[in-house]
Amino acid sequence: MSAVLESPKAATPAGRPDYIRVAGLSKRFGEDASGVLALDRIECSIAQGSFVTIVGPSGCGKSTLLRILAGLLDYEEGEVFLDGQPIRGTRRDVGMVFQSSILLPWRSILDNVMLPAQVLGLDLKKARDRAMQLLHMVRLEGFEHKLPSQLSGGMQQRASIARALLHDPKILLMDEPFGALDAMTRERMNLELQRIWMESGKTVVLITHSIPEAVFLGDQVFVMSPRPGTLEQVIRIDLPRPRGMQAMSDAGFASATAAIREHFSHAASFD
Amino acid sequence: MTQFAIDTPATAEPEAKPARVVRARPRRRHSLSSLRVQSALLLLALLAVWEFGTRYFQVPKHLLPPVSDICVALWNGLYTSPLAKDGYWYHGAITLAEIFLGFAVGSGVGLTIGILVSQLPRLEALVAPYVAALQSVPKVALAPIVVVWLGFGISSKVVIISMLTFFPVLVTSIAGFKAVDADRIDLLRSLSATRWQIFRFTKFPSALPYIFAGLNMAAAFSVVGAVVGEFVGAQAGLGVLILQTEAQADTAGSFAVMVVLSVIGIALTSALRRVQQRVLHWMPADSSQRTVNA
Repeated sequence: MSAVLESPKAATPAGRPDYIRVAGLSKRFGEDASGVLALDRIECSIAQGSFVTIVGPSGCGKSTLLRILAGLLDYEEGEVFLDGQPIRGTRRDVGMVFQSSILLPWRSILDNVMLPAQVLGLDLKKARDRAMQLLHMVRLEGFEHKLPSQLSGGMQQRASIARALLHDPKILLMDEPFGALDAMTRERMNLELQRIWMESGKTVVLITHSIPEAVFLGDQVFVMSPRPGTLEQVIRIDLPRPRGMQAMSDAGFASATAAIREHFSHAASFD
Repeated sequence: MTQFAIDTPATAEPEAKPARVVRARPRRRHSLSSLRVQSALLLLALLAVWEFGTRYFQVPKHLLPPVSDICVALWNGLYTSPLAKDGYWYHGAITLAEIFLGFAVGSGVGLTIGILVSQLPRLEALVAPYVAALQSVPKVALAPIVVVWLGFGISSKVVIISMLTFFPVLVTSIAGFKAVDADRIDLLRSLSATRWQIFRFTKFPSALPYIFAGLNMAAAFSVVGAVVGEFVGAQAGLGVLILQTEAQADTAGSFAVMVVLSVIGIALTSALRRVQQRVLHWMPADSSQRTVNA
């Protein structure tokens, strides 16, 4: 299994603190006067190998920020650096997980996980071995040849995580990956994601609507607020890893969630 | 039509016999096979009414021949040498060739232009108004002109069938390429996929259910186009055979040719359905059917 998981994860993020750097980033949709300011002068840094969660109500621009980090969206104002290089356009070293699994229904699970290898022109034989290992890691061994429609929602999302890791990206960007799952599956997925992250040492940026999920998973929680989308606060979560479900009853966990809730107590629209 | 005839009693049957209590699985199997028998019996009954009705009321044979006469004509037509110029095999082969060529050319060109339009939004803006306008032109009305241009040979029929099959495939493929889930394109884009890769990995497979809907329509149209083209002017083909038998007041002969044409049509659509089921194997059977019927 360790072949899949390069650079094992240390207990604290050891990499550069400025691995991802966002400076004065603003993003406006539509014409200047009537347009919506989706992001307003965002400043932040994300350390290499760390797990950052972004939490905020609908319309706070968190998805916009993630899409800019992925290179799916252009920006005019400000700077975004990845590993010292400005982000312009999509990159090969980014893996994305979306709100829905977006598995192609005509491909088997294995072929879906192999998709990045085909798109990026990687060695298909090696990619196939890696895909099998990743499927093992997300506990989908035995389902390689099933179609996505034959899997449950949680299994589909796990397959999409395996797909996002296939080309060994340095960064994993996740846009509310567990939003569509039921609470029980979601908790299990949180534990699994933590395990995968700790084993793989990737830098992870995860968007969520759920404050407990943000605190449970994150080394840092970015708290955003809407209209215009601003980064209000960065909260460090110093709970020891690996965190189990009992971490949720920890005093630190409670105070962190309380601090984040405090932010949204004015905004009635938060869901 | 046959599909409809089978489907309707399926829903009606349990109501008709509410008293019968059988366990779920055997009952379904039983009702399906008994349904087949019932619909076959229905056909036989209708044919019997036709046969004895025409004989009993002495309907003139050039108006409505009895079924047995049609069967005899069918037998005579089939029991000929493949090269005999008055047999079904010779004329049928020509009609089939027209159908295959016309279907291939029409749907091939339709699909190609559909792909081009999906890749070049400016081209779509350019051609969209003409597609909408030309689509409502009755292509059949152009058949005589096409025959004047291209003569009585096979080529005029191929062109007529192509005109009829082109539009359904073009329109459905454009719709299919447009209906692709934006998330799927984002996924491919996030992997730095090229335009061609986006097309190959997601746009084309996503559009296939739509394209098959167009091909199904085109298959039905292609038989119509062949007969119309042959009516307008041809030296050979099943349409010509219908005209000849009609001219001789051989209505039974015309009906027999129509039976042959129906068999060709049914064979075409069921062959296409088989291809579709193989290509769209990943779709649940009922939803692929729904897309096709839409």
